[in-house]
Amino acid sequence: MTMLEQGLDKSSRGEELQPGFTWRHYGICASGIIWREALRFIHQRERFVSALVRPLVWLFIFAAGFRSVLGLSIIPPYRTYIHYQDYITPGLMAMIQLFNGMQSSLSMIYDREMGNMRTLLVSPLPRWFLLTSKLVAGTLVSIMQVYAYLLVAWFWNVVPDSLWGYVTVLPALLISGFMLGALGMFISSAIKQLENFAGVMNFVIFPMFFASSALYPLWKVRMGSPWLADYCAINPFTHAVELIRFALYQQVNWVSLAVVAGCTAVFLAGAIIAYDPSRGMLSRKGG
Amino acid sequence: MSDASALDVAHVSHAYGTRKALDDVTFAVPAGRFCVLLGPNGAGKSTLFALITRLFAMRHGAIRIFGHDVATTPGEALRRLGVVFQARTLDLDLSVQQNLAYHAALHGIGKARSRALAQAVLERVGMADRAGDKARDLSGGQMRRVEIARALLHGPRLLLLDEPTVGLDMQARTDILAYVRRLVAETGIGVLWTTHLLDEIHPDDDVIIMHKGVILQQGRAGAIAAALDVADIKAAFARLTGSRPVDVSELV
Repeated sequence: MTMLEQGLDKSSRGEELQPGFTWRHYGICASGIIWREALRFIHQRERFVSALVRPLVWLFIFAAGFRSVLGLSIIPPYRTYIHYQDYITPGLMAMIQLFNGMQSSLSMIYDREMGNMRTLLVSPLPRWFLLTSKLVAGTLVSIMQVYAYLLVAWFWNVVPDSLWGYVTVLPALLISGFMLGALGMFISSAIKQLENFAGVMNFVIFPMFFASSALYPLWKVRMGSPWLADYCAINPFTHAVELIRFALYQQVNWVSLAVVAGCTAVFLAGAIIAYDPSRGMLSRKGG
Repeated sequence: MSDASALDVAHVSHAYGTRKALDDVTFAVPAGRFCVLLGPNGAGKSTLFALITRLFAMRHGAIRIFGHDVATTPGEALRRLGVVFQARTLDLDLSVQQNLAYHAALHGIGKARSRALAQAVLERVGMADRAGDKARDLSGGQMRRVEIARALLHGPRLLLLDEPTVGLDMQARTDILAYVRRLVAETGIGVLWTTHLLDEIHPDDDVIIMHKGVILQQGRAGAIAAALDVADIKAAFARLTGSRPVDVSELV
Protein backbone atom coordinates (compact mmCIF):
# COMPACT_ATOMS: atom_id res chain seq x y z
CA MET A 1 0.00 0.00 0.00
CA THR A 2 1.41 3.39 -0.97
CA MET A 3 1.50 6.36 1.35
CA LEU A 4 -1.36 7.97 -0.55
CA GLU A 5 -3.43 4.85 -0.22
CA GLN A 6 -2.79 4.78 3.49
CA GLY A 7 -3.91 8.38 3.70
CA LEU A 8 -7.05 7.56 1.78
CA ASP A 9 -7.55 4.49 3.89
CA LYS A 10 -7.41 6.57 7.04
CA SER A 11 -9.90 9.08 5.74
CA SER A 12 -12.14 6.30 4.49
CA ARG A 13 -12.56 5.20 8.07
CA GLY A 14 -13.73 8.71 8.81
CA GLU A 15 -11.15 9.34 11.49
CA GLU A 16 -10.60 12.97 10.53
CA LEU A 17 -14.28 13.82 10.38
CA GLN A 18 -15.39 16.49 12.82
CA PRO A 19 -19.13 16.81 13.31
CA GLY A 20 -20.83 19.78 11.69
CA PHE A 21 -19.61 22.27 9.13
CA THR A 22 -17.60 25.43 9.68
CA TRP A 23 -17.94 28.73 7.84
CA ARG A 24 -14.83 27.64 5.93
CA HIS A 25 -16.68 24.62 4.50
CA TYR A 26 -19.50 26.91 3.40
CA GLY A 27 -17.06 29.35 1.81
CA ILE A 28 -15.23 26.63 -0.12
CA CYS A 29 -18.51 25.15 -1.29
CA ALA A 30 -19.94 28.47 -2.50
CA SER A 31 -16.76 29.49 -4.30
CA GLY A 32 -16.60 26.02 -5.90
CA ILE A 33 -20.12 26.42 -7.28
CA ILE A 34 -19.34 29.93 -8.58
CA TRP A 35 -16.06 28.74 -10.09
CA ARG A 36 -17.81 25.93 -11.95
CA GLU A 37 -20.48 28.28 -13.28
CA ALA A 38 -17.77 30.65 -14.51
CA LEU A 39 -15.88 27.79 -16.18
CA ARG A 40 -19.03 26.60 -17.92
CA PHE A 41 -19.71 30.14 -19.06
CA ILE A 42 -16.23 30.44 -20.53
CA HIS A 43 -16.63 27.12 -22.31
CA GLN A 44 -19.97 28.08 -23.80
CA ARG A 45 -18.88 30.98 -25.97
CA GLU A 46 -22.01 30.83 -28.12
CA ARG A 47 -24.06 31.51 -25.02
CA PHE A 48 -22.07 34.65 -24.30
CA VAL A 49 -22.24 35.86 -27.87
CA SER A 50 -25.99 35.31 -28.14
CA ALA A 51 -26.53 36.94 -24.75
CA LEU A 52 -24.69 39.99 -26.09
CA VAL A 53 -26.12 40.06 -29.59
CA ARG A 54 -29.76 39.91 -28.47
CA PRO A 55 -29.83 43.31 -26.66
CA LEU A 56 -27.55 44.86 -29.27
CA VAL A 57 -30.01 43.96 -32.01
CA TRP A 58 -32.67 45.73 -29.98
CA LEU A 59 -30.39 48.70 -29.45
CA PHE A 60 -29.12 49.08 -33.00
CA ILE A 61 -32.27 48.22 -34.93
CA PHE A 62 -35.37 48.51 -32.77
CA ALA A 63 -34.26 51.65 -30.96
CA ALA A 64 -33.09 53.28 -34.16
CA GLY A 65 -36.39 52.60 -35.86
CA PHE A 66 -38.49 53.55 -32.88
CA ARG A 67 -36.81 56.78 -31.82
CA SER A 68 -38.75 58.89 -34.29
CA VAL A 69 -42.07 57.26 -33.49
CA LEU A 70 -41.92 57.65 -29.74
CA GLY A 71 -41.71 61.09 -28.19
CA LEU A 72 -40.32 61.03 -24.68
CA SER A 73 -41.05 63.61 -22.05
CA ILE A 74 -38.71 64.29 -19.18
CA ILE A 75 -39.50 61.74 -16.49
CA PRO A 76 -37.45 60.77 -13.44
CA PRO A 77 -34.63 59.91 -13.15
CA TYR A 78 -33.86 61.89 -16.31
CA ARG A 79 -33.35 65.66 -16.02
CA THR A 80 -33.10 66.40 -19.73
CA TYR A 81 -34.51 65.01 -22.94
CA ILE A 82 -32.91 61.70 -23.71
CA HIS A 83 -32.59 59.57 -26.82
CA TYR A 84 -34.70 56.48 -27.10
CA GLN A 85 -31.63 54.25 -26.95
CA ASP A 86 -30.84 55.76 -23.56
CA TYR A 87 -34.36 55.00 -22.45
CA ILE A 88 -34.36 51.33 -23.42
CA THR A 89 -30.84 50.55 -22.18
CA PRO A 90 -31.95 49.72 -18.59
CA GLY A 91 -34.70 47.54 -20.08
CA LEU A 92 -32.18 45.71 -22.21
CA MET A 93 -29.86 45.26 -19.21
CA ALA A 94 -32.74 43.68 -17.32
CA MET A 95 -33.56 41.61 -20.39
CA ILE A 96 -30.04 40.16 -20.34
CA GLN A 97 -30.61 39.15 -16.76
CA LEU A 98 -34.08 37.79 -17.50
CA PHE A 99 -32.73 35.57 -20.26
CA ASN A 100 -29.78 34.54 -18.13
CA GLY A 101 -32.09 33.62 -15.25
CA MET A 102 -34.30 31.55 -17.52
CA GLN A 103 -31.29 30.03 -19.22
CA SER A 104 -29.80 28.92 -15.92
CA SER A 105 -33.18 27.45 -15.11
CA LEU A 106 -32.90 25.66 -18.42
CA SER A 107 -29.44 24.47 -17.44
CA MET A 108 -30.85 23.21 -14.16
CA ILE A 109 -33.37 21.12 -16.01
CA TYR A 110 -30.62 19.95 -18.31
CA ASP A 111 -28.39 19.31 -15.29
CA ARG A 112 -31.12 17.41 -13.58
CA GLU A 113 -31.64 15.28 -16.63
CA MET A 114 -27.94 14.72 -17.07
CA GLY A 115 -27.42 13.92 -13.42
CA ASN A 116 -25.32 16.96 -12.56
CA MET A 117 -28.09 18.25 -10.38
CA ARG A 118 -27.87 15.02 -8.42
CA THR A 119 -24.17 15.63 -7.90
CA LEU A 120 -25.03 19.02 -6.43
CA LEU A 121 -27.87 17.78 -4.27
CA VAL A 122 -25.91 14.95 -2.60
CA SER A 123 -23.50 17.49 -1.17
CA PRO A 124 -23.75 17.28 2.62
CA LEU A 125 -24.22 21.03 2.98
CA PRO A 126 -27.76 22.32 3.44
CA ARG A 127 -29.82 22.47 0.30
CA TRP A 128 -30.89 26.10 0.73
CA PHE A 129 -27.21 26.99 0.78
CA LEU A 130 -26.44 25.00 -2.38
CA LEU A 131 -29.32 26.59 -4.29
CA THR A 132 -28.48 30.09 -3.08
CA SER A 133 -24.85 29.63 -4.11
CA LYS A 134 -25.97 28.52 -7.54
CA LEU A 135 -28.13 31.62 -7.73
CA VAL A 136 -25.23 33.91 -6.79
CA ALA A 137 -23.10 32.20 -9.45
CA GLY A 138 -25.76 32.77 -12.14
CA THR A 139 -26.20 36.39 -11.08
CA LEU A 140 -22.46 37.11 -11.36
CA VAL A 141 -22.44 35.64 -14.85
CA SER A 142 -25.39 37.85 -15.84
CA ILE A 143 -23.59 40.93 -14.50
CA MET A 144 -20.57 40.15 -16.67
CA GLN A 145 -22.90 40.02 -19.67
CA VAL A 146 -24.52 43.32 -18.71
CA TYR A 147 -21.18 45.12 -18.48
CA ALA A 148 -20.12 43.69 -21.83
CA TYR A 149 -23.32 45.17 -23.28
CA LEU A 150 -22.66 48.52 -21.60
CA LEU A 151 -19.19 48.59 -23.10
CA VAL A 152 -20.53 48.14 -26.62
CA ALA A 153 -23.34 50.62 -25.93
CA TRP A 154 -20.72 53.14 -24.80
CA PHE A 155 -19.22 53.10 -28.29
CA TRP A 156 -22.74 53.79 -29.59
CA ASN A 157 -22.74 56.86 -27.37
CA VAL A 158 -25.21 55.41 -24.88
CA VAL A 159 -23.79 56.58 -21.56
CA PRO A 160 -25.27 57.58 -18.20
CA ASP A 161 -25.03 61.21 -17.12
CA SER A 162 -21.96 60.38 -15.04
CA LEU A 163 -19.40 57.59 -15.18
CA TRP A 164 -20.29 56.88 -11.54
CA GLY A 165 -23.47 55.39 -12.91
CA TYR A 166 -21.49 52.33 -13.94
CA VAL A 167 -20.59 51.80 -10.28
CA THR A 168 -23.92 52.67 -8.68
CA VAL A 169 -25.80 50.34 -11.00
CA LEU A 170 -23.88 47.33 -9.67
CA PRO A 171 -25.94 46.77 -6.48
CA ALA A 172 -29.14 47.15 -8.51
CA LEU A 173 -27.91 44.52 -10.97
CA LEU A 174 -27.06 42.19 -8.10
CA ILE A 175 -30.53 42.31 -6.64
CA SER A 176 -32.41 42.26 -9.97
CA GLY A 177 -30.24 39.36 -11.18
CA PHE A 178 -31.00 37.58 -7.95
CA MET A 179 -34.74 38.06 -8.38
CA LEU A 180 -34.81 36.86 -11.99
CA GLY A 181 -32.49 33.93 -11.21
CA ALA A 182 -34.68 32.88 -8.28
CA LEU A 183 -37.72 33.05 -10.54
CA GLY A 184 -35.96 30.83 -13.07
CA MET A 185 -34.96 28.37 -10.38
CA PHE A 186 -38.51 28.20 -9.07
CA ILE A 187 -39.81 27.58 -12.59
CA SER A 188 -37.17 24.91 -13.19
CA SER A 189 -38.47 22.90 -10.24
CA ALA A 190 -41.86 22.71 -11.91
CA ILE A 191 -40.67 21.90 -15.44
CA LYS A 192 -40.13 18.28 -16.29
CA GLN A 193 -38.64 18.46 -19.73
CA LEU A 194 -36.32 20.58 -21.82
CA GLU A 195 -38.95 21.10 -24.52
CA ASN A 196 -41.03 23.11 -22.09
CA PHE A 197 -38.58 25.98 -22.41
CA ALA A 198 -40.64 27.21 -25.36
CA GLY A 199 -43.52 27.48 -22.90
CA VAL A 200 -41.31 29.51 -20.59
CA MET A 201 -40.58 31.88 -23.48
CA ASN A 202 -44.27 32.35 -24.25
CA PHE A 203 -45.67 32.50 -20.77
CA VAL A 204 -42.85 34.05 -18.75
CA ILE A 205 -40.28 35.93 -20.82
CA PHE A 206 -42.56 37.65 -23.35
CA PRO A 207 -45.31 38.79 -20.93
CA MET A 208 -42.70 40.01 -18.47
CA PHE A 209 -40.61 41.86 -21.00
CA PHE A 210 -43.27 43.44 -23.22
CA ALA A 211 -45.70 44.32 -20.43
CA SER A 212 -43.13 46.38 -18.57
CA SER A 213 -41.49 49.78 -18.66
CA ALA A 214 -38.52 48.35 -20.57
CA LEU A 215 -39.55 49.61 -24.01
CA TYR A 216 -41.98 52.43 -23.24
CA PRO A 217 -42.73 54.56 -20.19
CA LEU A 218 -45.83 53.64 -18.26
CA TRP A 219 -47.60 56.98 -18.84
CA LYS A 220 -47.35 56.28 -22.55
CA VAL A 221 -48.85 52.82 -22.04
CA ARG A 222 -51.66 54.34 -19.97
CA MET A 223 -52.68 56.53 -22.88
CA GLY A 224 -53.32 53.40 -24.90
CA SER A 225 -54.67 51.03 -22.29
CA PRO A 226 -55.11 51.83 -18.59
CA TRP A 227 -55.63 48.15 -17.89
CA LEU A 228 -52.28 47.22 -19.43
CA ALA A 229 -50.56 50.03 -17.55
CA ASP A 230 -51.88 48.63 -14.27
CA TYR A 231 -50.56 45.22 -15.18
CA CYS A 232 -47.18 46.73 -16.10
CA ALA A 233 -47.08 48.55 -12.77
CA ILE A 234 -47.37 45.32 -10.78
CA ASN A 235 -45.04 43.34 -13.05
CA PRO A 236 -41.88 42.66 -11.02
CA PHE A 237 -39.83 43.04 -14.18
CA THR A 238 -40.94 46.68 -14.45
CA HIS A 239 -39.48 47.26 -11.02
CA ALA A 240 -36.23 45.53 -11.92
CA VAL A 241 -35.97 47.84 -14.94
CA GLU A 242 -36.80 50.97 -12.91
CA LEU A 243 -34.36 49.97 -10.17
CA ILE A 244 -31.61 49.68 -12.77
CA ARG A 245 -32.73 52.86 -14.58
CA PHE A 246 -32.52 54.95 -11.40
CA ALA A 247 -29.28 53.33 -10.23
CA LEU A 248 -27.62 54.06 -13.55
CA TYR A 249 -28.38 57.73 -12.79
CA GLN A 250 -27.14 57.37 -9.20
CA GLN A 251 -30.59 57.40 -7.66
CA VAL A 252 -32.63 54.91 -5.71
CA ASN A 253 -36.19 54.06 -6.64
CA TRP A 254 -37.36 52.91 -3.22
CA VAL A 255 -40.65 51.44 -4.35
CA SER A 256 -38.92 49.34 -6.98
CA LEU A 257 -36.25 48.30 -4.51
CA ALA A 258 -38.91 47.10 -2.08
CA VAL A 259 -40.82 45.22 -4.79
CA VAL A 260 -37.69 43.55 -6.18
CA ALA A 261 -36.42 42.60 -2.72
CA GLY A 262 -39.84 41.20 -1.77
CA CYS A 263 -40.17 39.21 -4.98
CA THR A 264 -36.64 37.85 -4.57
CA ALA A 265 -37.53 36.54 -1.11
CA VAL A 266 -40.75 34.96 -2.37
CA PHE A 267 -39.20 33.32 -5.46
CA LEU A 268 -36.18 32.06 -3.54
CA ALA A 269 -38.32 30.61 -0.77
CA GLY A 270 -40.46 28.94 -3.43
CA ALA A 271 -37.41 27.40 -5.11
CA ILE A 272 -35.95 26.15 -1.83
CA ILE A 273 -39.26 24.60 -0.82
CA ALA A 274 -39.63 23.03 -4.26
CA TYR A 275 -36.19 21.43 -4.02
CA ASP A 276 -36.58 20.30 -0.42
CA PRO A 277 -37.25 16.58 -0.52
CA SER A 278 -39.53 16.59 2.50
CA ARG A 279 -41.82 19.37 1.32
CA GLY A 280 -41.24 19.87 -2.33
CA MET A 281 -42.48 18.79 -5.66
CA LEU A 282 -39.80 16.15 -6.08
CA SER A 283 -41.93 13.87 -3.98
CA ARG A 284 -44.98 15.26 -2.26
CA LYS A 285 -45.57 14.10 1.24
CA GLY A 286 -48.46 11.74 1.68
CA GLY A 287 -49.07 11.85 -2.08
CA MET B 1 -29.13 -2.15 14.41
CA SER B 2 -25.60 -1.80 15.70
CA ASP B 3 -23.32 1.12 14.86
CA ALA B 4 -21.16 -1.24 12.82
CA SER B 5 -23.68 -1.05 9.97
CA ALA B 6 -22.47 1.21 7.22
CA LEU B 7 -26.00 1.41 5.88
CA ASP B 8 -29.10 0.53 7.79
CA VAL B 9 -32.43 0.49 5.96
CA ALA B 10 -35.33 -0.13 8.31
CA HIS B 11 -38.95 -0.75 7.27
CA VAL B 12 -38.83 1.61 4.31
CA SER B 13 -41.93 1.91 2.15
CA HIS B 14 -42.51 4.28 -0.73
CA ALA B 15 -45.34 4.76 -3.21
CA TYR B 16 -45.86 6.77 -6.39
CA GLY B 17 -49.54 7.59 -6.13
CA THR B 18 -51.18 4.25 -5.52
CA ARG B 19 -48.35 2.18 -6.98
CA LYS B 20 -46.13 0.81 -4.26
CA ALA B 21 -42.48 0.98 -5.26
CA LEU B 22 -41.03 -0.24 -1.95
CA ASP B 23 -42.86 -2.27 0.65
CA ASP B 24 -41.39 -2.59 4.13
CA VAL B 25 -37.79 -2.96 2.96
CA THR B 26 -35.28 -3.79 5.71
CA PHE B 27 -31.62 -4.68 5.30
CA ALA B 28 -28.14 -3.62 6.40
CA VAL B 29 -24.77 -3.24 4.75
CA PRO B 30 -21.98 -3.95 7.25
CA ALA B 31 -18.72 -2.01 6.97
CA GLY B 32 -16.15 -3.90 4.95
CA ARG B 33 -18.65 -5.97 2.99
CA PHE B 34 -19.44 -6.10 -0.71
CA CYS B 35 -23.21 -6.22 -0.79
CA VAL B 36 -25.21 -6.79 -3.95
CA LEU B 37 -28.74 -5.51 -4.38
CA LEU B 38 -30.08 -7.78 -7.07
CA GLY B 39 -33.33 -7.24 -8.89
CA PRO B 40 -34.81 -6.92 -12.35
CA ASN B 41 -35.68 -3.49 -13.74
CA GLY B 42 -38.60 -2.03 -11.83
CA ALA B 43 -37.75 -3.88 -8.62
CA GLY B 44 -37.46 -0.58 -6.72
CA LYS B 45 -33.67 -0.24 -6.74
CA SER B 46 -33.65 3.29 -8.13
CA THR B 47 -36.35 4.45 -5.71
CA LEU B 48 -34.27 3.10 -2.86
CA PHE B 49 -31.25 5.01 -4.20
CA ALA B 50 -33.24 8.23 -4.43
CA LEU B 51 -34.30 7.78 -0.81
CA ILE B 52 -30.79 7.05 0.46
CA THR B 53 -29.34 10.04 -1.41
CA ARG B 54 -32.19 12.25 -0.23
CA LEU B 55 -33.66 13.10 -3.59
CA PHE B 56 -36.98 11.83 -2.27
CA ALA B 57 -38.27 12.28 1.25
CA MET B 58 -38.74 9.31 3.49
CA ARG B 59 -42.40 8.65 4.22
CA HIS B 60 -42.25 5.39 6.10
CA GLY B 61 -39.25 3.85 7.79
CA ALA B 62 -35.73 5.11 8.39
CA ILE B 63 -32.36 5.03 6.64
CA ARG B 64 -29.19 5.48 8.66
CA ILE B 65 -25.59 5.80 7.48
CA PHE B 66 -23.21 4.86 10.30
CA GLY B 67 -26.01 5.65 12.70
CA HIS B 68 -26.81 9.07 11.17
CA ASP B 69 -30.40 9.32 10.08
CA VAL B 70 -30.70 10.59 6.50
CA ALA B 71 -33.92 12.48 7.29
CA THR B 72 -32.91 14.17 10.55
CA THR B 73 -29.14 14.66 10.13
CA PRO B 74 -28.67 14.67 6.35
CA GLY B 75 -25.33 16.51 6.42
CA GLU B 76 -23.62 13.99 8.69
CA ALA B 77 -25.16 11.10 6.75
CA LEU B 78 -24.32 12.38 3.27
CA ARG B 79 -20.70 13.27 4.04
CA ARG B 80 -20.04 9.63 4.90
CA LEU B 81 -21.52 8.50 1.64
CA GLY B 82 -20.05 8.24 -1.85
CA VAL B 83 -22.41 7.72 -4.78
CA VAL B 84 -21.99 6.58 -8.35
CA PHE B 85 -25.25 7.18 -10.16
CA GLN B 86 -26.44 5.07 -13.01
CA ALA B 87 -26.60 8.06 -15.36
CA ARG B 88 -23.34 9.74 -16.33
CA THR B 89 -22.85 12.71 -14.08
CA LEU B 90 -19.48 14.13 -15.12
CA ASP B 91 -19.44 17.63 -16.54
CA LEU B 92 -18.26 16.90 -20.07
CA ASP B 93 -16.94 20.41 -20.75
CA LEU B 94 -14.64 20.31 -17.74
CA SER B 95 -11.44 18.34 -17.27
CA VAL B 96 -11.21 15.31 -15.00
CA GLN B 97 -9.29 17.38 -12.48
CA GLN B 98 -11.90 20.16 -12.57
CA ASN B 99 -14.73 17.69 -12.08
CA LEU B 100 -13.00 16.33 -8.99
CA ALA B 101 -12.21 19.81 -7.68
CA TYR B 102 -15.88 20.77 -7.99
CA HIS B 103 -16.93 17.69 -6.06
CA ALA B 104 -14.32 18.43 -3.38
CA ALA B 105 -15.65 21.98 -3.04
CA LEU B 106 -19.18 20.65 -2.59
CA HIS B 107 -17.82 18.77 0.40
CA GLY B 108 -16.01 21.82 1.75
CA ILE B 109 -12.55 20.47 0.89
CA GLY B 110 -10.06 23.22 0.02
CA LYS B 111 -7.84 23.46 -3.06
CA ALA B 112 -4.55 22.06 -1.80
CA ARG B 113 -6.08 19.08 -0.05
CA SER B 114 -8.45 18.45 -2.93
CA ARG B 115 -5.50 18.26 -5.35
CA ALA B 116 -3.69 15.69 -3.19
CA LEU B 117 -6.84 13.62 -2.72
CA ALA B 118 -7.67 13.78 -6.43
CA GLN B 119 -4.19 12.57 -7.28
CA ALA B 120 -4.57 9.67 -4.82
CA VAL B 121 -8.00 8.52 -6.00
CA LEU B 122 -7.11 8.87 -9.68
CA GLU B 123 -4.03 6.73 -9.09
CA ARG B 124 -6.21 4.14 -7.47
CA VAL B 125 -8.42 3.84 -10.53
CA GLY B 126 -5.46 4.10 -12.91
CA MET B 127 -6.53 7.45 -14.35
CA ALA B 128 -3.84 9.76 -12.95
CA ASP B 129 -2.37 10.37 -16.41
CA ARG B 130 -5.76 11.61 -17.69
CA ALA B 131 -6.30 14.28 -15.01
CA GLY B 132 -5.91 17.15 -17.48
CA ASP B 133 -8.14 15.64 -20.18
CA LYS B 134 -11.68 16.80 -20.86
CA ALA B 135 -14.27 14.36 -19.53
CA ARG B 136 -15.77 14.34 -23.03
CA ASP B 137 -12.66 12.63 -24.39
CA LEU B 138 -12.90 9.60 -22.09
CA SER B 139 -14.40 6.22 -22.95
CA GLY B 140 -17.42 4.89 -21.06
CA GLY B 141 -15.29 2.70 -18.82
CA GLN B 142 -12.87 5.52 -18.10
CA MET B 143 -15.72 7.86 -17.18
CA ARG B 144 -17.02 5.26 -14.76
CA ARG B 145 -13.59 4.97 -13.16
CA VAL B 146 -13.42 8.74 -12.77
CA GLU B 147 -16.90 8.72 -11.25
CA ILE B 148 -15.79 6.10 -8.75
CA ALA B 149 -12.68 8.15 -7.99
CA ARG B 150 -14.89 11.19 -7.48
CA ALA B 151 -17.24 9.28 -5.17
CA LEU B 152 -14.22 8.26 -3.06
CA LEU B 153 -12.58 11.67 -2.98
CA HIS B 154 -14.07 12.93 0.29
CA GLY B 155 -13.20 9.67 2.06
CA PRO B 156 -16.67 8.13 2.48
CA ARG B 157 -17.06 4.94 4.47
CA LEU B 158 -19.98 3.76 2.41
CA LEU B 159 -20.05 3.60 -1.37
CA LEU B 160 -23.27 3.21 -3.35
CA LEU B 161 -23.10 2.20 -6.99
CA ASP B 162 -26.30 2.09 -9.02
CA GLU B 163 -25.88 -0.37 -11.92
CA PRO B 164 -22.33 0.89 -12.51
CA THR B 165 -21.55 -1.59 -15.28
CA VAL B 166 -24.50 -0.73 -17.52
CA GLY B 167 -23.34 0.20 -20.99
CA LEU B 168 -19.74 -0.95 -20.49
CA ASP B 169 -17.89 -3.55 -22.50
CA MET B 170 -16.84 -6.86 -20.98
CA GLN B 171 -13.30 -5.78 -20.12
CA ALA B 172 -14.38 -2.54 -18.47
CA ARG B 173 -17.04 -4.41 -16.47
CA THR B 174 -14.54 -6.90 -15.17
CA ASP B 175 -12.02 -4.17 -14.32
CA ILE B 176 -14.48 -2.06 -12.39
CA LEU B 177 -15.92 -4.97 -10.48
CA ALA B 178 -12.43 -6.19 -9.55
CA TYR B 179 -11.42 -2.70 -8.57
CA VAL B 180 -14.36 -2.15 -6.21
CA ARG B 181 -13.88 -5.59 -4.63
CA ARG B 182 -10.23 -4.77 -3.99
CA LEU B 183 -11.27 -1.47 -2.48
CA VAL B 184 -13.53 -3.27 0.01
CA ALA B 185 -10.76 -5.71 0.95
CA GLU B 186 -8.08 -3.05 1.34
CA THR B 187 -9.91 -0.14 2.95
CA GLY B 188 -12.81 -1.74 4.78
CA ILE B 189 -15.33 0.47 3.01
CA GLY B 190 -18.91 -0.83 2.84
CA VAL B 191 -20.29 -1.16 -0.70
CA LEU B 192 -23.85 -1.46 -1.93
CA TRP B 193 -23.75 -2.51 -5.58
CA THR B 194 -27.02 -2.76 -7.46
CA THR B 195 -27.28 -4.88 -10.55
CA HIS B 196 -29.53 -7.12 -12.55
CA LEU B 197 -26.57 -9.12 -13.83
CA LEU B 198 -26.12 -12.37 -11.93
CA ASP B 199 -22.59 -13.08 -13.07
CA GLU B 200 -21.32 -10.15 -11.01
CA ILE B 201 -22.01 -12.04 -7.80
CA HIS B 202 -19.50 -14.18 -5.89
CA PRO B 203 -20.73 -16.98 -3.58
CA ASP B 204 -19.27 -15.09 -0.60
CA ASP B 205 -21.08 -11.78 -1.32
CA ASP B 206 -24.00 -10.55 0.72
CA VAL B 207 -26.97 -10.54 -1.60
CA ILE B 208 -30.35 -8.87 -1.25
CA ILE B 209 -32.84 -10.12 -3.80
CA MET B 210 -35.54 -7.58 -4.55
CA HIS B 211 -38.58 -8.01 -6.71
CA LYS B 212 -41.54 -5.65 -7.18
CA GLY B 213 -40.55 -3.55 -4.17
CA VAL B 214 -40.24 -6.46 -1.76
CA ILE B 215 -37.14 -8.23 -0.45
CA LEU B 216 -37.50 -11.88 -1.28
CA GLN B 217 -34.32 -13.18 0.27
CA GLN B 218 -31.10 -11.93 1.81
CA GLY B 219 -27.86 -13.49 3.00
CA ARG B 220 -24.63 -14.88 1.57
CA ALA B 221 -25.11 -15.85 -2.06
CA GLY B 222 -23.91 -19.38 -1.37
CA ALA B 223 -26.19 -19.76 1.63
CA ILE B 224 -29.25 -18.55 -0.31
CA ALA B 225 -28.61 -21.16 -2.99
CA ALA B 226 -28.05 -23.87 -0.39
CA ALA B 227 -31.23 -22.99 1.51
CA LEU B 228 -33.29 -23.28 -1.67
CA ASP B 229 -31.46 -26.45 -2.58
CA VAL B 230 -30.34 -25.16 -5.96
CA ALA B 231 -26.91 -25.08 -7.60
CA ASP B 232 -26.14 -21.36 -7.49
CA ILE B 233 -27.50 -17.85 -7.10
CA LYS B 234 -28.73 -17.82 -10.71
CA ALA B 235 -31.01 -20.74 -10.07
CA ALA B 236 -32.05 -19.28 -6.73
CA PHE B 237 -32.99 -16.00 -8.39
CA ALA B 238 -35.01 -17.78 -11.07
CA ARG B 239 -36.81 -19.82 -8.43
CA LEU B 240 -37.60 -16.78 -6.27
CA THR B 241 -38.76 -14.38 -8.95
CA GLY B 242 -40.27 -16.98 -11.22
CA SER B 243 -38.31 -15.42 -14.06
CA ARG B 244 -35.62 -16.46 -16.38
CA PRO B 245 -32.31 -15.14 -15.02
CA VAL B 246 -30.55 -12.46 -17.03
CA ASP B 247 -27.15 -13.66 -18.06
CA VAL B 248 -24.53 -11.31 -19.34
CA SER B 249 -23.96 -13.49 -22.40
CA GLU B 250 -27.39 -12.40 -23.61
CA LEU B 251 -26.54 -8.76 -23.30
CA VAL B 252 -23.24 -8.52 -25.09
